[in-house]
Amino acid sequence: MSEKKILIVDDEPNILMSLEYAFKKKAFQVYVARDGTEALEIADEYFPDVVLLDIMMPHLDGYETLKRLRANKKLSHTKVVFLSAKSKEADLKKGLELGVDSYETKPFSIKRIIAKVEDLIS
Amino acid sequence: MGNIALIMIIISYLALLFLVAFLAEKNRESKWVNNPYVYTLSLAVYCTAWTYYGSVGIASKSGIRFLAIYLGPVIAMPLWIILMRKIIRISKQQKISSIADFISMRYGNNRLLGALVTITCLIAVIPYIALQLKAVSETFELLIGDNGFYTKGILFDTTFYIALLIAIFVAFFGTRSSDASKRKQGIATAVAVESLLKLVFFLIIGIYVTFYLFDGTSDIYEHAAKTANFKQLASFGGLQEGFNWLFTICLSFFAIFLLPRQFHVAVVENQHETHLKKAIWLFPLYLLLFNVFVIFIAWAGNINFNGPVNADYYSLLLPLQKGHTTFAVMVFIGGFSAVISMIVVSTLALSTMVSNNLVIPYGFVKRMATATPESNSSSVKNLRRIAIFMLIIVAYFFYVKFSKELSLYAIGLISFVVISQLAPSFFLGLFWRRGTAKAAKIGIAVGLLIVLYTLIGPMLANTNAPPGTMHASGLFNLPYLTPESNAFFWSITGNLLCFLVVSVRSKGNYRERNYAEMFVNNSNYENLQENAFVWKGEAYVADIRQLLNRFLGESRTLRALDIFNRRYGISEKEERADARLINFSEKLLTGTLGSASAKMLLASVSKEKPVSLLEVLTILEETKETKATNKLLLEKSKELEQLTALLKSANQALLSQDKLKDEFLDTVAHELKTPITSIKAASEVLQDDDMPKALRKRFLTNIENDTKRLTTLIHNILDLEKLSNKRAELELKRGKLDATIKRAVDGVRPIANLKDIGIKLEYTRSVYAHYDEDRMLQVLTNLLSNALKFTDAGKGAIKIQMSSFGDEVRVAVEDNGKGIPKDEHRYIFQKFYQSKNQNIKKQQGSGFGLAICQKIIEGHAGRIWSDETIKTGARIVFTIPLEK
Repeated sequence: MSEKKILIVDDEPNILMSLEYAFKKKAFQVYVARDGTEALEIADEYFPDVVLLDIMMPHLDGYETLKRLRANKKLSHTKVVFLSAKSKEADLKKGLELGVDSYETKPFSIKRIIAKVEDLIS
Repeated sequence: MGNIALIMIIISYLALLFLVAFLAEKNRESKWVNNPYVYTLSLAVYCTAWTYYGSVGIASKSGIRFLAIYLGPVIAMPLWIILMRKIIRISKQQKISSIADFISMRYGNNRLLGALVTITCLIAVIPYIALQLKAVSETFELLIGDNGFYTKGILFDTTFYIALLIAIFVAFFGTRSSDASKRKQGIATAVAVESLLKLVFFLIIGIYVTFYLFDGTSDIYEHAAKTANFKQLASFGGLQEGFNWLFTICLSFFAIFLLPRQFHVAVVENQHETHLKKAIWLFPLYLLLFNVFVIFIAWAGNINFNGPVNADYYSLLLPLQKGHTTFAVMVFIGGFSAVISMIVVSTLALSTMVSNNLVIPYGFVKRMATATPESNSSSVKNLRRIAIFMLIIVAYFFYVKFSKELSLYAIGLISFVVISQLAPSFFLGLFWRRGTAKAAKIGIAVGLLIVLYTLIGPMLANTNAPPGTMHASGLFNLPYLTPESNAFFWSITGNLLCFLVVSVRSKGNYRERNYAEMFVNNSNYENLQENAFVWKGEAYVADIRQLLNRFLGESRTLRALDIFNRRYGISEKEERADARLINFSEKLLTGTLGSASAKMLLASVSKEKPVSLLEVLTILEETKETKATNKLLLEKSKELEQLTALLKSANQALLSQDKLKDEFLDTVAHELKTPITSIKAASEVLQDDDMPKALRKRFLTNIENDTKRLTTLIHNILDLEKLSNKRAELELKRGKLDATIKRAVDGVRPIANLKDIGIKLEYTRSVYAHYDEDRMLQVLTNLLSNALKFTDAGKGAIKIQMSSFGDEVRVAVEDNGKGIPKDEHRYIFQKFYQSKNQNIKKQQGSGFGLAICQKIIEGHAGRIWSDETIKTGARIVFTIPLEK
């Protein structure tokens, strides 16, 4: 199995740091982005297998980022997981409509996320 | 003009009236017949030949005195909305058909009083009718150029035939129903049409005289000014004349209510109370129009005629003199209209009064009680028809015998003086409970006697003397009053005094008291079932049914009783009649027979027991109590309604607060989750034992920072809530604001230096104000922190301004950073303010700061806002009062 690529997008550097460490430990090729715009650039360049996407971000929010990711044909295999403090059903439904693969609410368990990501790409 | 031609015109005009009345009767429910305009125009039956011709006569001799007769009604009209509405309501409720019924019912259905009122009306109105006939006759003669008067004998006198035709008209349209309280649309409509005609024709002749014969009003004035006694005609006559004016206005004020024909058109023919609203301005307007040209026609007549012509007929003589026969005929038809409408309505009203108040209660009623319904109905109708013919014939003979030498104005005024004798018992009866039947009878009788002595006596004695000399000496010989004013003054004074004194000294019986209460306080009793408290006794439904059968016929009786039983939920098998049925039946019969007869008839089939004063008082008290309770209930229900509304709005407020709270909690939760997520994630990765030490330390520092962030957040939330709920006491002290600003700036200076941002204080003066220094520091630090946060390192510049405006000091913190989006200035002070797009994250840390600042500044009674006019950067301004 070749090295899997994961893109983690969150505006909170501390959260980003923890996730980056955990996935590196699991032998992922990890990319990080601080906002949606940055995330789109990186994805377009490295077409990651998985994107962990925060919803509430400055400039470009998670929903819009997802929409544009989905519009990129090079990224048809890419799985997207929302990470958000938003836990209302309406938010969930909106994500699913936009074609998100999975959803994790903050505060999350890193172990669970790793398991979910591995499940998605296996 | 030819005799035959004029008669043909008269006959075709009468035929036209028959047609109008016929069509109106046929379309009784049409809106062409039932509208406020017909109502108002029918009120103009007030304007008779006296107005049409007599005003000109008076104006030619005595100037503008004729106006007083129209000022009374004009003054009365606004009162109608209260007074007439009350009268109409009572009348409709009690099926009253004439003023005699109205007054006699007010005083307990008193038979003698009804008769007395009827007689008063006859005395007042018959000469008045005669006067109308005289006008027709004289104008007829003038038009055909004959001065023969009635010398040819009755059978050759056109006036006699005209009178007969009018009688036929009234008899035909006025007695279609035996219930006299029913409206007679045919007659009312014909009268309205005539009112319109007489006004239009009078205006036409006025315009013809003023603008055709002369060159407008000023031309007439110039000519008239040269006539002999012009000065006297164009001015008031000082104080004495003032009294005469006053009395004449009073007379006409009473007349508009009391004249039988006015009562008939205003009350009996009223279809809807709302018609009054139109009438109160339209009728005065009608009177005004009618009087516009009077003075000019009078002056024109005075200029053109010097000989012994009758000034009353100037409007006819002027076109005749010029040979304009068409105009003359028009004037004649207008006057004829005035005459006919007056005679028609007067005889109609009088015939009802004669039959219901004079004939039926005295003798007829007993015979009728045993007759069949058909014969009763036809005897009532026939009685009225006979009365109509008799009245007109009597009036005709009066005219032949007496009115030859009298002026229209004199007879008109006498008539008014006589009818005004009803005023005390009528008006006071509406508002004063104590008035009694005995007092009313004595008052009217005394008043009538005085009038007889002072006015009518001298008139009858001097029929052959020229007008003006006949009643030279009035009572007590007050030289400055005209005979009419004198008679009016003394008779009404005597009448009123008797009425008051006798009322106070005597006590009416229970019926009088009860009806008094009902009339005075009618709004209270409108809803009382059939005014049931005025009767007590024993009666059987079968007897009453039989009685009603005789007068209404079986089918109408059946229908009426059916309605009655259903309205009050009474079983058909009920044998005993209660007070409500007695009153209901009495009302049914009143319309046909008058109130006095109705009372007598019901008394014959029941055993009435007098209701004692105590009982009456109890019933009244109960009614009052019920009313008070109702009022209380109404108030309570209103209070409840208000309370409900209050609750509703409170609930609404709570709901919206709830929603705000929800949103607030949502945002708080979100804000708290971020550092917690960070802490949790760091803790998880820290479990990895292989982590290098340096990295481990970084994670631990992150945890510490996030914990601090959490603490600050919680502190801020609590602080804001405390400030919002006014639980945070501000310690206001007098202090130097510039010193506080300096402390705040010193606090943030290290960060500013780090980012290489300059902070400039743009003021020199010291300002003292009352404020809580710690809180003020919080505000300033917050504003400065924001300014530092949003400006770029190295390029930033922050300015602080302070100045006092009036009684407040204004502080502004300005930066040259990225600024605030144009449409978001208003929102930045909200808790957890976020940009429009909810999912775009705000700049870190700005969730609470400004909201807290706003609360603190508001706590100081100041204001805080974001300056929208600034082009680059942001500028937050706040004010606080200089003194407490």
